[in-house]
Amino acid sequence: MKLNANAAGLVVMACAGLATLVGAPALLDLADLFNVTVYIIMSILALSLALVWGYGGIICFGQAAFFGLGGYCYALAAINLGDSTIPIILAIVLPAAFAALLGYFLFFARLSDVYLGVITLVVTLILFNLIGSTAGPEYKLGTAYLGGYNGIPAIPPINLPGDASRFLDIYGLFYLSTGILLIVYFGLRALLHSHFGRVVVSVRENELRAELLGYDVRLYKLAVFTLGAAIAGLAGCLYAVWGAYIGPNVFSLSMTAQILMWVIVGGLGTLIGPIVGCFLLQILVTEVGTQQTLNTYLVLGAILLLFVSLVPRGILPVLGDILQNVRDRVGRRSPDPS
Amino acid sequence: MGEPLLLETRNLGKTFGGVEAVRNIDFSLAEGELRCLIGPNGAGKSTFFKLLTGQIEPNRGSVRYRGRDITGWASSQISRLGVGIKMQVPSVFDGLDIRENLRLSARRKHDRRRSAEIVDETLTRLEIGALASTRVSHLSHGQRALVELGIVLAGKPDLLLLDEPTAGMTGEEVARTAELIRDINRTSALIVVEHDMNFIKMIARRVTVFHQGAILIEDTMDRLLRNPQVRDIYLGRQAEVPDA
Repeated sequence: MKLNANAAGLVVMACAGLATLVGAPALLDLADLFNVTVYIIMSILALSLALVWGYGGIICFGQAAFFGLGGYCYALAAINLGDSTIPIILAIVLPAAFAALLGYFLFFARLSDVYLGVITLVVTLILFNLIGSTAGPEYKLGTAYLGGYNGIPAIPPINLPGDASRFLDIYGLFYLSTGILLIVYFGLRALLHSHFGRVVVSVRENELRAELLGYDVRLYKLAVFTLGAAIAGLAGCLYAVWGAYIGPNVFSLSMTAQILMWVIVGGLGTLIGPIVGCFLLQILVTEVGTQQTLNTYLVLGAILLLFVSLVPRGILPVLGDILQNVRDRVGRRSPDPS
Repeated sequence: MGEPLLLETRNLGKTFGGVEAVRNIDFSLAEGELRCLIGPNGAGKSTFFKLLTGQIEPNRGSVRYRGRDITGWASSQISRLGVGIKMQVPSVFDGLDIRENLRLSARRKHDRRRSAEIVDETLTRLEIGALASTRVSHLSHGQRALVELGIVLAGKPDLLLLDEPTAGMTGEEVARTAELIRDINRTSALIVVEHDMNFIKMIARRVTVFHQGAILIEDTMDRLLRNPQVRDIYLGRQAEVPDA
């Protein structure tokens, strides 16, 4: 039976999702479930960059900015409103609106990739410094204090719409995050297989040719950039709920670098790759963090160098090639059934 | 009275730094016409194409398409009017297969079912059906050029601009391309930039000679070949002139 890469990805993701949903709460203790939940949330963030960079071809160093904005939007709105429904919507809509505005100037000015990367990085670092300088009591929105580098603690959990007394515990958040990850993954797959998705890929492949076919590439790029920001914002919201805390470190350079690494290590131009990269690197960071000999960032830097120089396409594409070669060899050795 | 005008430029000019790449071009093309542009390298032919397709903006002058002023329009807008271009260096979607390349072109105007029909028709017309699932990056230069032509054809344009369509092709491929261009001309107008004089003789009725960014002369191929000025600046005094 022939199984192409797309179908294989679908099956793998469906099985992994099902196994996680069923197995993780039964097999893991509370602390591990807590960790797995944040890996899942970060995987949603990784998917957002997988879309923007891997398929849209937009080198964006600003996913952390949209992630952080989502977290802060949720925190400020939830503290003020006491109910989580509208804050979740705001955590998706506001980063998307911010990305649409930023993207309008970036894409309609036809800036090249390098400038795009620099500007998105600068925006992220401006937000880092801006939020960091809001420590005083005068920096508050309604009843919520921004808190400067101390961040915002005691962020309300997600509750049933209209009933703040019934909220999600860590198990509930785990199921919700896993469900959202699967929805985002399968949603993006469907999108990328649609005509819109194929045009997005064609713009990545050859922007001029896409333009000469009559597609307004600026609009397609803007749409992808905005959608990526919405997904990142949603991940930021879940992250704020997960730790009941959000701080300016979500806008930091290390956060930005980590998101890029998940995609590079897992495989640019795939959807599963960045999820795998995110899980592997998050587990590694957690393990390295438990000892004192090695610095986490030193280890991550070494891994980045290793991948960029030796496995530039990332784990998944290379694994796919190896499997294809094995299948071809087996196919050649098998006697012809006819 | 002849066919109505499809394309018209008036006093069209483009300067890069201090260099005038295109100077005061007054050019017109009738509906259904096939015109060849010739001229030495650097004569401004490719720049003229880029001005017509909105890849660059002119410094002066105007471009009208079916009477509509399209000067300064974006490439995507001009394409939507029905103008397709095949560039000198094949501009294709390397990471996608041939079928996908063609489908992207057809789908801009047509629904899924009609697009699939157009893609199949184009694959058959260009005789590349056997390679339909091949990634374009795995093809030879000539095959990539053919795929690019397929991309343009699948968009069903009313005007095709072909910039050196036979570059890098074998003799057999050149003859096939000439036949194809004549066939395309049954439904679309064409402007073809070419250096291969034998190829031009196969397809051209009227030829425009570019020289130093301006139009030197417009005439039939036979008369141009006998024109001493054209032979001097384009073919060279020592050049062997193909039989008329």
